[in-house]
Amino acid sequence: MKTLKYLSLLFITSLSLTACSSDNDPEPVNEEELITTVTATFVPQGGGTTITLKSQDLDGDGGNAPVITVSGKFEQNKTYNGTVTFLNESVNPAEDITEEIEEEGDEHQIFYIKTGSLNGFTYSTDANNLDSNGLPIGLQTVFNTTNAASGNLTIILRHEPNKSASGVSNGDITNAGGSTDASVTFSIEVE
Amino acid sequence: MKYILLTFLLFALGIVNSQNCSYSFSGEIHDFHDGSSIEGATIYIESLNKYAISDKNGKFIIENLCKGEITASISHIGCETVSIDINLNESVFKIINLEHHIESLDEIKIEGHTGIKKTKTAQETILKTQIIEKYSAGNLGDALKEVSGVSSINTGNTIVKPVINGLHSSRIITLSNNVILQDQEWGIEHAPNVDINTAGTVSLIKGSGALAYGGYALGGVIVLNPNNVTKADSLYGKTILSAQTNGRGTNISSTLTKTYKSGWYINGQGTLKRYGDFKAANYYLTNTGLDSKSFSLNSGFNAFEKGFNIYYSFLNNNIGILSASHIGNIEDLVNAINNKEPLVIEDFRYSIDAPRQDVTHQIAKASFYKRFKGIGKLNLQYDYQNNKRFEYDVRVGDDKNKASIDLTLQTHALSSNIKIDKFDNKVFEIGFNGEYQNNFANPDTGIRRLIPDYDKYSFGAYATSEWTLNENTLFDAALRYDYVNIDSKKFYQKSRWEQRGYDVDFSNIIIDDLGTQLLANPKFQYHNISASTGLTHQFDSKNSILANYSLSNRTPNPSELFSEGLHHSAARIELGDLRIKQEQSNRFSASYNFNSEGLQLNLEGFYNNIHNFIYVQPTGVEQTIRGSFPVWEYQQTNAMLLGADLSLNVDVNEHFQFGNKTSYTKGRDLTQNRDLIDMPSLKTVNTITYNNKGWKNFNAELKSEWVFKQNEYPNNNFETYVATTDSYVLVDISTPPPAYHLLHFSSDITLETSKKTNLNIGLNISNIFNTSYREYLNRLRYFADDLGRNIMVQLKFNY
Repeated sequence: MKTLKYLSLLFITSLSLTACSSDNDPEPVNEEELITTVTATFVPQGGGTTITLKSQDLDGDGGNAPVITVSGKFEQNKTYNGTVTFLNESVNPAEDITEEIEEEGDEHQIFYIKTGSLNGFTYSTDANNLDSNGLPIGLQTVFNTTNAASGNLTIILRHEPNKSASGVSNGDITNAGGSTDASVTFSIEVE
Repeated sequence: MKYILLTFLLFALGIVNSQNCSYSFSGEIHDFHDGSSIEGATIYIESLNKYAISDKNGKFIIENLCKGEITASISHIGCETVSIDINLNESVFKIINLEHHIESLDEIKIEGHTGIKKTKTAQETILKTQIIEKYSAGNLGDALKEVSGVSSINTGNTIVKPVINGLHSSRIITLSNNVILQDQEWGIEHAPNVDINTAGTVSLIKGSGALAYGGYALGGVIVLNPNNVTKADSLYGKTILSAQTNGRGTNISSTLTKTYKSGWYINGQGTLKRYGDFKAANYYLTNTGLDSKSFSLNSGFNAFEKGFNIYYSFLNNNIGILSASHIGNIEDLVNAINNKEPLVIEDFRYSIDAPRQDVTHQIAKASFYKRFKGIGKLNLQYDYQNNKRFEYDVRVGDDKNKASIDLTLQTHALSSNIKIDKFDNKVFEIGFNGEYQNNFANPDTGIRRLIPDYDKYSFGAYATSEWTLNENTLFDAALRYDYVNIDSKKFYQKSRWEQRGYDVDFSNIIIDDLGTQLLANPKFQYHNISASTGLTHQFDSKNSILANYSLSNRTPNPSELFSEGLHHSAARIELGDLRIKQEQSNRFSASYNFNSEGLQLNLEGFYNNIHNFIYVQPTGVEQTIRGSFPVWEYQQTNAMLLGADLSLNVDVNEHFQFGNKTSYTKGRDLTQNRDLIDMPSLKTVNTITYNNKGWKNFNAELKSEWVFKQNEYPNNNFETYVATTDSYVLVDISTPPPAYHLLHFSSDITLETSKKTNLNIGLNISNIFNTSYREYLNRLRYFADDLGRNIMVQLKFNY
């Protein structure tokens, strides 16, 4: 019977030890790495209207789809300097994930993929658009318009792409590999 | 002075001479179980060469004994010989209980180990020590595949979950040293946290018939029995060393046992495994290494009437997950599926990077038993388990080395049962168990919890009975009741909460509103009834049958209730459902066994009808900022599983043996009238074995493994828009890979190194022809081929 007593004592003690922590409510988690907002701002050289493309998904993997907004139409025969930013707006204040991408530039690359009659998007040759190995990160892009055109622009952020694979440094995603951290598609027009 | 001394000496001698030799030792010999008298037992005092024989009332007497210590041994045909020490200061009368039943004798050994089946009418197979040793470097899941009808669902090749007749995870109970493993077994990518080297034998029971362990094992029960402990003064051990080419790894496992004649024993055991990247037929599987450490201590006291056991085990596994399986969205998945080779192939390395799992499992157990004369045996057990799981994903910035999943699951269990074996032809057992479980999901991961914090209380009570109807027929029946209470606290995103319609059905369980997130307090109670009954009949010395019916109910597990979020390697959003109820299985099974000297045949069949079968299936596509993802929801349907398992062994001649194991399982969704996902495909394994005892006990085996293409699967394929090519493509996640055939070879010899020690040297070659193949039940089959050739050398010292 003694063994029985000790066993039950052991059981009760250990039960009370673990049970203590469970009375409190759990802490909420606000995801820090979550990308909720991708914004591409296109500023025309020589003046004109800045075009802003924005995809915002405040609940992340939640039940709501991203809200996509395109501020207007691109003008013909212009050169637009585009800059992309990535934000986490689910936390307050919002976190700028663009900085992390710049810091770990060699592990990230942004690709611009167009469809339809749109002209291609090229990487800006600006020094801060390149990583420590002199390969593009792609946060800045250049878009030259000529005639009226329309189509989709998809902006993809790849993590750990193979930057030295064929075509990748020119912005061709085909051989890039890696995993997709963001992929947003905008329907745009030039007129 | 001399005279004084002499007088003293004489006086002393006088005392000795006048020593009383008129004592007697008498008593009665009884059967321990039913208290009946035993006639004809021999009572022998070796030191005096005196003996007596018990009369028809079990009585005996030995007279004219002198004062002092004597040792008497009492023996009887069919009984274990009992030895007792008596200090005679006066005449002694003793009642001596002999253990009379042959089969009950075996039950004593259950404390240590047994080759005896745990069940009477269930479909049960025992894996012997020799087979377990063969898998010393591998894992439990692979060893169990030696049983016809058992397959595995894998994540790569180091995370291997057993599948019994098509069912796995929460539908299987795994016991290690009589402790039910509580290690987040619901996750498909969570393998059982046990070191196969801790087991002496493994019993595999198909179906839920073994109600003493639980009522929810729709698939079956896996029991790892520790090594046998003998009652003798002995010190022995075993060391297994192996080295293999694939993974360029080594495994060392060692065990040392000290036993005493008195019944005390202590055993220590430890295993170390280290592998680097494994290799498919044509390329390295980058980041698939394994680092595993484990040890256990087992000690106690075994006697016929009482005994106890204390046990502690520690296991840590650091498991790399194939780099190429880390994908971001459905487009990446399409790329992976369409690529013949994985998208990440690097040079061989030992280091294990993200994605990876780091799991530590600890078990502490104390158990005690006592036999009560004329009643039976009482068992009492308390066990505590701590499961710590970290999962590391590929992350960026400051969070790079931070775990994405950080769970601590603690379980306390108290169980007791009494086995009443006093009757000649029936055995009863009643038992209960209580369990408290707490899951803590650490919020420091910075990622929303996959499994929420919860407390789970459960209580179960059961009664089993066995009736020996006649020499050849045995009937058993069992009933069990379980109560489960789950009290969880979970954060929901408001948008998801509303989308699921919980705002209508569960508005009363919200305890806090944080703006975008809601804290809910789901509380569930379940009452489950399970039952089992069966019959075995031996027609003659060769032919026997068994039949069994089992009813079981399983409470939904936390992932079925609470899952919510993106599952990275599967590129899908998985959603649990708070509305899910228990599932209920009605399983009918029958086996035919033929056993003659040259031929052993075992044919098992089953039909399992599952009401409210819980499964996960795609229901639509959702857009996120990463792209679009299919949504998989946990739902319930009515399902049935049907199958047959054959196992055959033929002795061709003295040296050659032929064996065949074939199994087929069919799973149907009866409500939607379509096939069930993830059913093992038809498989047939043929072996030719050569054995020659004269050549240092030489064994060689050639094994052919045919796995057919699974043609019965649900079509969950869908189309998705791929921006990079501006087109819609089919995402083929359903089509099973083609059939494959593998050839394996193994051989070994045993060298006697001394009288009590031997050395066994083994050579194993798996996938001899380096065939490249993919297996339907491997979750990484979209990304890479399965394992290529492996050559392993194994040394086993017994000392």
